[in-house]
Amino acid sequence: MTNQIVKMTVNGEKKEILAEPRELLIYVLREKLGLTGPHVGCETSHCGACTVEIDGKSVKSCTMFAVQAEGAEITTIEGLGNPDKLHVLQENFKEHHGLQCGYCTPGMITRAHRLLQENPNPTEEEVRFGIAGNICRCTGYQNIVKSILSAAAELNAAKEAAQ
Amino acid sequence: MKDEITREERVTNLKGLGSSRKRVEDARFTQGKGHYVDDINLPGMLTGDFVRSPYAHARVKSINIDAAMALDGVVAVLTAKDLEPLSLHWMPTLAGDKQMVLADGKVLFQGQEVAFVVAKDRYIAADAVELVEVEYEELEVIVDPFKSLQSDVVLREDLDPTAPGAHGPRKHHNHIFTWEVGDEDGTNAVIDDADVVATEEMYYHRTHPCPLEPCGSVASMDKVNGKLTLYGTFQAPHVVRTVASLLSGIEEHNIRVVSPDIGGGFGNKVGVYPGYVCSIVASIVTGVPVKWVEDRMENLMSTAFARDYWMKGKISANKEGKITGLHCHVTADHGAFDACADPTKFPAGFMSICTGSYDIPIAYLGVDGVYTNKAPGGVSYRCSFRVTEAVYFIERMIEVLAIELNMDAAELRRINFIKKEQFPYDSALGWEYDSGDYHTAWDKALKAVNYDGLRKEQAERVAAFKRGETRTIMGIGLSFFTEIVGAGPVKNCDILGMGMFDSCEIRIHPTGSAIARLGTISQGQGHATTFAQILASEIGIPADSITIEEGDTDTAPYGLGTYGSRSTPVAGAATAMAGRKIRAKAQMIAAYLLEVHDDDVEFDVDRFVVKGAPERFKTMGEIAYAAYNQAIPGLEPGLEAVSYYDPPNMTYPFGAYVCVMDIDVDTGVPTIKRFYALDDCGTRINPMVIEGQIHGGLTEALAVALGQEIAYDEMGNCKTATLMDFFLPTAWEVPNFETDFTVTPSPHHPIGAKGVGESPHVGGVPCFSNAVQDAFRPFGNRHTNMPHDHWRIWKTANDLGLHN
Repeated sequence: MTNQIVKMTVNGEKKEILAEPRELLIYVLREKLGLTGPHVGCETSHCGACTVEIDGKSVKSCTMFAVQAEGAEITTIEGLGNPDKLHVLQENFKEHHGLQCGYCTPGMITRAHRLLQENPNPTEEEVRFGIAGNICRCTGYQNIVKSILSAAAELNAAKEAAQ
Repeated sequence: MKDEITREERVTNLKGLGSSRKRVEDARFTQGKGHYVDDINLPGMLTGDFVRSPYAHARVKSINIDAAMALDGVVAVLTAKDLEPLSLHWMPTLAGDKQMVLADGKVLFQGQEVAFVVAKDRYIAADAVELVEVEYEELEVIVDPFKSLQSDVVLREDLDPTAPGAHGPRKHHNHIFTWEVGDEDGTNAVIDDADVVATEEMYYHRTHPCPLEPCGSVASMDKVNGKLTLYGTFQAPHVVRTVASLLSGIEEHNIRVVSPDIGGGFGNKVGVYPGYVCSIVASIVTGVPVKWVEDRMENLMSTAFARDYWMKGKISANKEGKITGLHCHVTADHGAFDACADPTKFPAGFMSICTGSYDIPIAYLGVDGVYTNKAPGGVSYRCSFRVTEAVYFIERMIEVLAIELNMDAAELRRINFIKKEQFPYDSALGWEYDSGDYHTAWDKALKAVNYDGLRKEQAERVAAFKRGETRTIMGIGLSFFTEIVGAGPVKNCDILGMGMFDSCEIRIHPTGSAIARLGTISQGQGHATTFAQILASEIGIPADSITIEEGDTDTAPYGLGTYGSRSTPVAGAATAMAGRKIRAKAQMIAAYLLEVHDDDVEFDVDRFVVKGAPERFKTMGEIAYAAYNQAIPGLEPGLEAVSYYDPPNMTYPFGAYVCVMDIDVDTGVPTIKRFYALDDCGTRINPMVIEGQIHGGLTEALAVALGQEIAYDEMGNCKTATLMDFFLPTAWEVPNFETDFTVTPSPHHPIGAKGVGESPHVGGVPCFSNAVQDAFRPFGNRHTNMPHDHWRIWKTANDLGLHN
């Protein structure tokens, strides 16, 4: 099939890649842009390991074609923090043992990041509902929920202090 | 020299045993910098993909690869004919059977590997899979193990029906083995003579470990140097190396097996799969690296299932409820090939732990393994070998016996528990339980949940339901489990002849930091964090200054890997023992530096001090430096040690769980109101990690008990091969768990630790199931099979007339 040029902004950087029209976004991110944070767990949109943020929405990149991301702004786990300054969510997942094997973690944190944009002060129930599209096989979610609630409190406290 | 910090602060700084040290793995995982097998991208790498059988039982009449080979970008298509000259078209299984790598004349389960396509990328490979033409002739399909034992249809035409199998005589051409433990005649005599006998049949359904990361491998044959590197999702990388060497004929020193980060295993990644073999052969054939990664559907359809045990029990007691005997028979559906991952001498794993936590004077277990047209496997999904089945069996039998005796099930357990003073306890089926204090744990659990109050509340709810005031009933699930983990000992336990020891090798660097390498491999358990803690307490070097490395067979000492909760009992013991060797040498160095006799110094947290003169000491940092920069008479330079640990016995973690559940009888929806889990895993290394393991194990228990299954239709079609059909609980279904503990150290483990990763699953499944069954007990329920999904719960309510 004919390759197409796809232009998109990934983690703040402008990218131009060649992709087949049938090529899934997750493989372009992982194999053409070297962003191996998002993972493939099911290829059917159920597990959420491939979750990225596209134009302000959580998207499962395993069931979207790369060509559909033309002109999009994409954030992956690699765009949330860096070794010198981790994102508050990343810090809190470490602090509260919100991960074990780490396979779901990039998708989970990326989803939590969007959730807190949409609802900065969620209840436990809202967090549980909000991450129900992301499956974790290791933690039983208890510490993931704790990590997200703690990150929310920290972000809100920082916001208040700034005002 | 003046000591500036207190002894207590020195202990804290080590972050040793008992510290809820934060995990060192998390920096990379939270930043998306984990390194899993599918992240490996070697120059020139090709991708492999399987042509799989759509039929559960069929003869393969022909395979035409011409159209596939003609596709641009396809490099090779392998079939059994290509593997046969290398004797690789079949491979040995861990259970002493053999398994087709690629279909050799026929297929025996849906999803079986028929041909392996190698192409330039995953899309071309998938296209080529569609172009391979396979002509099948359908054969009669058998999915029921009982019918299989009666059928004239021969599933395994490759086997001589009259010759014994790997585990003794076979009774029928579809029979695999009979395994018996205990005294059947004696047990029957006791049961025949008993005041009260309860019998029950239960099916522990087929399910799947389904780690979030599927299985995969990357093989890279370097023809210039004759070296094969194999990266993959291996829970036992050293065993994979040995098997790869035996199968391929490549000398073992020329094979390097690497398990990178593994995205969960739960037993799924113990075995050797056709994909691994095909990626190796394809790399040898093509001369470039070849990657194979299965997708979710392939994972659920073809790589190692768990359970599928049809269990029949008889339990007898006197009028007071004291158990007198236990009889258990299992018909074990192993699918098309016996690919169970059990120690060689245990074809049904440690199912003989089925006497549970109870002092049962006589017992018998018989297991018959059977071939059917289903996927091979039979791995231990988050449990030691078949222990989940055993504990489910006895914890259901106890409940049924309680019904028969018209007795409270908590009290029935209490009067039958093995007493603290009976340890070490020899069970009727031959195990020596190392330590336990069941009564203390049980009492603590029942008190924590206010058990009597719960029963009262339940009785009130039943009355209210009968008056028509509510449509919700309440169940109190109880379970008390004893696990058996940490295989070896080598004298009993081996995998393909490799004794089940484990290992640790430590190097102390001159500046007082260290690296330790182990024969195990973490799949999320946090070994890099917790093994450093064991070592910190043993050698007085802070855990933060110790790197733990696993999974590279070129650098790590030989070990049998991580499954069956064996890492802490075996490799953890090796770590402590190697640490003690380091300490012994450090003592000699310290004595030399302090100019006293070896016996005149003693270890204190992070240093050796002169006895009676605590101001005279050498820290481990000073000792490490001296080991490399001083010529010490009678001592070699350097500070290194290695230990291969053969455990004298297994360890026996235990626990007491209570689940409080509401059930809506009209929708069949269960709601978990409370779950209390008390675990005794002996010495606790990292309480934070232990709690995390318990949350996870309980969640997988909830899944299995309340809906997760691998189901087939009569044609052998797998009905549950996607995550739409195969239940993995989300945050929405999982409750918060309350965790608690007692500490009964293992008397034979160097630090008293017993292992914990699988306990919550083993104890959790019967607890969730018992909660459902208990809710219906007041309405006449005795036993219903798992999984208790909404439909089945509704059906139970309907069968009991609760919708009238």
